[in-house]
Amino acid sequence: MDVMTIINSMVSIGGLGLLFGVGLGYASKKFAVPVDPKIPLIRDVLPGANCGGCGYAGCDAFAKAVAEGNASPDACPVGGATVAQQVAEILGLTVQEKEPTVAFVKCNGTCEKSQNQYNYYGIPDCKEAALLPGGGAKSCSYGCMGLGSCVKACPFDAIEIRDGIAVVIEEKCTSCGNCVKACPKGLIEIVPLAKKVRVACNSNDKGKDVRGFCQVGCIGCRMCVKACQYDAINVTNQLAHVDYEKCTQCMACVEKCPTKAILGIREEIQEKKAN
Amino acid sequence: MTQILVIFLGAIFVNNFVLSRFLGICPFLGVSKKIETATGMGIAVTFVMTLASIMSYMVYEWILVPLQIEYLYTIAFILVIASLVQFVEMVIQKTSPTLYQALGVYLPLITTNCAVLGVAIINKNEGYNLIETIFNGLGGALGFTLSIILFAGIRERIEKNQIPLPFKGFPIALITAGLMAIAFLGFQGLL
Repeated sequence: MDVMTIINSMVSIGGLGLLFGVGLGYASKKFAVPVDPKIPLIRDVLPGANCGGCGYAGCDAFAKAVAEGNASPDACPVGGATVAQQVAEILGLTVQEKEPTVAFVKCNGTCEKSQNQYNYYGIPDCKEAALLPGGGAKSCSYGCMGLGSCVKACPFDAIEIRDGIAVVIEEKCTSCGNCVKACPKGLIEIVPLAKKVRVACNSNDKGKDVRGFCQVGCIGCRMCVKACQYDAINVTNQLAHVDYEKCTQCMACVEKCPTKAILGIREEIQEKKAN
Repeated sequence: MTQILVIFLGAIFVNNFVLSRFLGICPFLGVSKKIETATGMGIAVTFVMTLASIMSYMVYEWILVPLQIEYLYTIAFILVIASLVQFVEMVIQKTSPTLYQALGVYLPLITTNCAVLGVAIINKNEGYNLIETIFNGLGGALGFTLSIILFAGIRERIEKNQIPLPFKGFPIALITAGLMAIAFLGFQGLL
């Protein structure tokens, strides 16, 4: 092996690299375009999950949009109030405290409480299963099939399948909304974290059919509407909806509901009863 | 003159980079959802491929050959292309923000585009001189632009049709690309 060959190749390729490097370094100074110094600052306080919950392509795009005034500083659902506060400080703005929210799966039809109309042996993916006749194996065509598309969509490991239905682990949930998009049944909703009265059913079927499919479905009987003193519940399409602006969490509806489709989140109820 | 015309037309149609040599498939599939972005990508590729042909020719002929280290051409070409793309990006960002907005995302993508490295290596293998190199680079890039714009046009129309669910999106795009490659095979007898 000729030593000169080694030296030649080292010097020439190394030299080329050095030349280009210096050239680029010079060019980056010479052609520098001033960037808004706030953008990297904002980017640093964001969570960096790049989940897209804000509607932008990622945290970088969101930081740019905020700095340019196109997005609201509190639009990051993951960071919540703390991040909004920090971003607002960078921008010299004040933001109103936003109520923390959480994702909620509007189905409580676990394996014991709801039946399957047939056995599903396909790909474990809700979108695929939902295309089958009857909208999947579950007898209730509105309910959670428990195949876990939302679990896969969640970047924060905040959803798990328990007893055949998806359950949100509220401590981990950042309400980024990825699961809402992933669910083909539109079962998942973003609700205020503090409000514990939730209708755990999504069925628009008639009461009789619901009873046949599931023990804990909403049959649209309107008992809750009558029980509520604050006019916070209405029933449309055989399904109860809670208006969180008006709900005072008196739990009257939870106690009256004959099928227990309206949940006061369990701990809360127990506390109330203990008092 | 005829020789140059043959190289130029050959690079556009007969040896189309995407549909006949199968180089640069990644941007071909990735940025062909809309004619607008496909055009942007095509212009950026045209720009970089022509410049990269010239630069890599100079590096090869004037540095690697005299030093008898031709076998290092891959590394040298990658070095040249990467720096060139970076440099071009900076210049465009400074001089023409509008063009930068249009090309912005696609320019850095081209750094690792195999069509650009491919044209440099083909030039070397064919032993083209500087003029032929320029026309081969330009022709190849125009061929890329042509095929990506045609493809984007077809894909836009496909999107508006009812495609069976299993074929929606990429599967039908891949089939379309295959059919286009077969169509371009018809140019084989041209030269």
